[in-house]
Amino acid sequence: MAYFPILSFITFLPILGMLIILCIPGKQEKFIKVFSAVITGLQVLLAGIILNSYNYSLPGVFHQNSYQFIEKFRWIEISGLSWIGTIKIDYFLGIDGISAPMVLLTALISFIATLSSWNISKSIKGYFALFLLLDAGMMGVFVALDFFLFYVFWELMLLPMYFLIGIWGGPRKEYAAIKFFIYTLFGSVFMLLVMIGLYFSCTEVLANGTRAFTFNLIALMDPKNYTATGILSPFNPGNLRFAAYIALFVGFAIKIPMFPFHTWLPDAHVEAPTPISVILAGVLLKMGTYGIIRICFPIFPEITRQVAWYIALFGAINIVYGALCAMAQKDFKKLIAYSSVSHMGYVLLGMASLTTVGINGAIFQMFNHGTITAMLFLLVGVIYDRAHTRGLDDFGGLALKMPMYAGFVTVAFFAAIGLPSMSGFISESFVFLGAFSVSSIRIITIVSTLGILLGASYMLWALQRVYLGKFNEKWSALTDLDAREYAMFIPLTIIIFILGIYPSFMLNIMNTSVNSLVDFMNKMPASFSALKF
Amino acid sequence: MTEAVLLNISIAILLLPALGFITLILFGKRIPGPQWVGTSLIFLALCISIYVGFGKLAFYAGQNLIMEGRWIQILNVPVLGQVNFDLGIKLDNLTVIMLFVVNLISFLVHLFSMEYMRGDIRFSRYYAYLGIFTFSMLGIVLTHNILMMYIFWELVGISSYLLIGFWFEKKSASDASKKAFLVNRVGDTGMFIGIMILFTNYHTFTFDTIFAQIAAGNLPFHSSAWLTACGIMIFLGAVGKSAQFPLHVWLPDAMEGPTPVSALIHAATMVAAGVYLVARIFVMLTADAMLTIAVIGMITSFIAATIALTQNDIKKVLAYSTVSQLGYMIMALGVGAYSYAFFHLVTHAFFKACLFLGSGSVIHAMHHEQDLRKMGGLRKKMPITYYAFLISTLAISGVPFTSGFLSKDGILAGTLAFGSLTGHWLIPIVAFLVAMMTAFYMFRLVILAFHGEPRDLHKYEHAHESPFVMAMPLVLLSVLSVFFWYGLNPFNPSTGWFLDKWIKTPTTIVPQNMRFDFMKTEAPVAGSLENAKAGEVKTTNAPIAVGAPKVTKQNESETAIVHSEHYMHAMHQAHYPAMALSLLLGGIGILFSFLLYQWKKIDPDKLAESLKPLYKLSLNKWYFDEIYAATFIGGTLAFSKFLAWFDNKVVDGIVNGAATLTRMVSKLGGLFDHVVVDGFVNFTAYLSGFIGIFFRKFQTGKVQTYVVFVVFSVIILLFIFRPFF
Repeated sequence: MAYFPILSFITFLPILGMLIILCIPGKQEKFIKVFSAVITGLQVLLAGIILNSYNYSLPGVFHQNSYQFIEKFRWIEISGLSWIGTIKIDYFLGIDGISAPMVLLTALISFIATLSSWNISKSIKGYFALFLLLDAGMMGVFVALDFFLFYVFWELMLLPMYFLIGIWGGPRKEYAAIKFFIYTLFGSVFMLLVMIGLYFSCTEVLANGTRAFTFNLIALMDPKNYTATGILSPFNPGNLRFAAYIALFVGFAIKIPMFPFHTWLPDAHVEAPTPISVILAGVLLKMGTYGIIRICFPIFPEITRQVAWYIALFGAINIVYGALCAMAQKDFKKLIAYSSVSHMGYVLLGMASLTTVGINGAIFQMFNHGTITAMLFLLVGVIYDRAHTRGLDDFGGLALKMPMYAGFVTVAFFAAIGLPSMSGFISESFVFLGAFSVSSIRIITIVSTLGILLGASYMLWALQRVYLGKFNEKWSALTDLDAREYAMFIPLTIIIFILGIYPSFMLNIMNTSVNSLVDFMNKMPASFSALKF
Repeated sequence: MTEAVLLNISIAILLLPALGFITLILFGKRIPGPQWVGTSLIFLALCISIYVGFGKLAFYAGQNLIMEGRWIQILNVPVLGQVNFDLGIKLDNLTVIMLFVVNLISFLVHLFSMEYMRGDIRFSRYYAYLGIFTFSMLGIVLTHNILMMYIFWELVGISSYLLIGFWFEKKSASDASKKAFLVNRVGDTGMFIGIMILFTNYHTFTFDTIFAQIAAGNLPFHSSAWLTACGIMIFLGAVGKSAQFPLHVWLPDAMEGPTPVSALIHAATMVAAGVYLVARIFVMLTADAMLTIAVIGMITSFIAATIALTQNDIKKVLAYSTVSQLGYMIMALGVGAYSYAFFHLVTHAFFKACLFLGSGSVIHAMHHEQDLRKMGGLRKKMPITYYAFLISTLAISGVPFTSGFLSKDGILAGTLAFGSLTGHWLIPIVAFLVAMMTAFYMFRLVILAFHGEPRDLHKYEHAHESPFVMAMPLVLLSVLSVFFWYGLNPFNPSTGWFLDKWIKTPTTIVPQNMRFDFMKTEAPVAGSLENAKAGEVKTTNAPIAVGAPKVTKQNESETAIVHSEHYMHAMHQAHYPAMALSLLLGGIGILFSFLLYQWKKIDPDKLAESLKPLYKLSLNKWYFDEIYAATFIGGTLAFSKFLAWFDNKVVDGIVNGAATLTRMVSKLGGLFDHVVVDGFVNFTAYLSGFIGIFFRKFQTGKVQTYVVFVVFSVIILLFIFRPFF
């Protein structure tokens, strides 16, 4: 088991699937659908195997050897280049407690999104091929430990997403797709610059004892690896680390999306087909916060501490601003898109606390937001499929006509509100408890608790307008859920409740790594001039 | 009967209603007679809670039993070492009494609903919701830590949401349920801030551990202001749930729910949870916090009582009377009359549940007519309901030989003593006024509904006495509203077992200089500190393993000095004046209601006309809903609309603007490329072409011309290079 490259498998399985789909005649629609479901189902199985043999006591983060399921070999090596020496890029995969929940989430959401893709009618073959490519890109981002590889996966995910929105989307799909694409690309350019800057500032000892520049994320976390003159080296008095941090952070912040970089999200969500909204909210947004925790925090610990207050502030803005914007929406999907903005604010707030409780809460919130918001988008998809409208005021009393559906709606809405016994409560509480314990962001935390109230307001109001009240006879032809839809909702509901009642399932996976990260962040000096190179 | 047995079966009490909920929500529609599932499980829970109550009060009256297990454990945390979230239950006398009260009323409501809700399209769902409510409420009662309290607190909120909006087809019902949940959330947010203060400072949620730390002088953020703030923040939770001013507005609307639900949730149990919470944190309240609480309770009881005077909906009158009585209890806690507050909670639970179920019986008989102006004369048609209702009304009005007389008198004496000791005389004055108003509006209700001639003959003709399952709970609850269940002396409850043996005011643990003078103890170190420390040792020393609950026994502070002699003296002195005054004022209230409505000596309409502004204020509920709609709700909505506009036009405008700008720049670039760069290229080509055209002229093809050119060229060259020759 130990040498089975399971992470490569889980990452490239969808690409394999894509290649096979490309060889199948496009008329075999049923087969393509089932085949994609099998591929993503296998991914869930692999994620389950990973989880089963996951060692809870290994911290990962900045210890290369305590990452799990490591696969590492030289991918590109060009030696003897004048002043650069050797160019080397590793194929380096591995997971720790920060990425393991995300791997699980990606597998799960991809599978459920496949199920919800059943109603796609246009060009099935192309859709599922792109979908699987997207899946591979997302998975790759979460398992890559080499910055270059990370970047490759990051960009890999972008292209299929562009086409999936741009071809299978709603009326303004071209606008939304191009907005998404350019916005994200804008962020990636910054990331690329910082990546190259880091590369030429940091060296790693090779097997033959010489040093070479490196993209290895773990090597980048160790200040001892930096050269004296590198542009992003902490030992260079004129370094550009602060600017680089901001650039990198903005690159990730666009993805979260953090105010004021969030406006691509409502457009993308509204135009994207349901399964793509599910992927977008369920997994893609997490790549932003994951990037911050995985890259910004440990590579730039001293700057992270400097700007933590601002991260918390933007988290609070996201929470309150997103909630207020959600309240004014008339389109169901837009409402949930803005609620995502609000809920991702909790992740920022929790991270900014730099405490174990807060960061645990942030990562847990990433997972929970993934499951809960995915469920919310699926639920909107159910009525959109049937009624072809999403106006909050177009419905009324649907609970009378579709009681089972309304039951799942109630679960998902209350989970989003953060009701105890459901997973969202634990993560939100952790975020608040963690953030409140840091005196500098205490006021921000108190302001953020407004989110508890506002979140309940817009959710219950939406619930009332669509599902309660007198039944609107216009929709008397609507039918309740079918078997496929049950298959999407039941697993998510079970996960939401299990993690709400026994959150240790997830917390135990994350905890060792989070402790290690917090410890690392605390021990790093505020200024590196004290460290001798 | 060991402590472990008692604790374990208490958990069974908690889980039985949850079992009912799960069964009914999943399989409710397939089970014939879902009501029997819920009702029998609650009956079982009631039997066990009687057993637990007996066991605890008989054998462990002086001890608290605690069982706790680890829920979430975060090890190796930098700096802190370990962060634990425990789940646990604590059985003290308060708890076991509440267990009995909640289960009994829940059982009676289950029984009552069998008839009242018969034929409803979501009958099984109704019983499922009752189950989840009872579960959550029992959780609040049993828990020994504040996070768990908050968890069940929210669950109670959601069950209340589901039950108020049970008939969600009605817009008013779904509005009311939303309002209830959101108004409660305002309070809950405050409570959560209080919890965060506690957790940040003590890294635990367990009440006993927190109190021990405070007693040891470890204040939140080392500041007494934070201790006060923390108490008030947690109290905010109670303001929401117990419908205190300014968050009382949800409770009257909550009457949209089925009437048995109003009896269970919005009269007897859920709304009492706030009082219970304040009782739980009573020991950590500073003088400032207590005064705040007392004033809030006073304002609430006054406002609600004035509104109840003029309401015409039978349930609205009862709702406002509930708010008013809850204000009484909160006020009693604020003035330090802890045991009387809890006493009133219990007595009120029974008589108010009886009143609500009685009103349900009337509404049922009148085919869902709730307007008092259309009732009258029902006494003859519904004698059982009438007498049960009357006894409860006597109790709430504070007439001797009822339970309400005992508890209310205690509260009034408490306020009077508080007034005399601290000089806050307004509190007792308002309390007595409210007592008079209560007697008035309750008898107004009884007279309008049951006495006199029927005002709607058609409905009256069809009215009938309710069947056994509805009448039985009424009878039982009215019997429980008589004094002898709490002590043999009908005039002095403090000698009865309830107050003498079971419920005692706990010792406050806040630093001496932050207490009211009358709560300062003569022997501070011996009293509070040691006791608390002893508690601390017992609850924190032994590590708790995950999955292996730990049982502890803790002695209650038997010898602790709760109040100074001074206070005991004042309380003793206040007892008889308070009783006399309350009897007098209650009598006046009752007399007035008879004058107005029974004997019609004074015309209520003319009275209303002569006091028109006041009458309007009362009838319109002091315009709270209108004010809130115009300010908070309207403001938030307007602000959210503005932000959505801002987001769409400004934030996104900048993005789109940037895109437009880029496009413009690119167009400019294109233009530049086209005109200048390409122009230069084209110009070069043009120029070459032009030159070509020019020189082409020389290519004539005639040899003679070429010879001439050659000769001229040679001459020119010679001329140019002549220096070299």
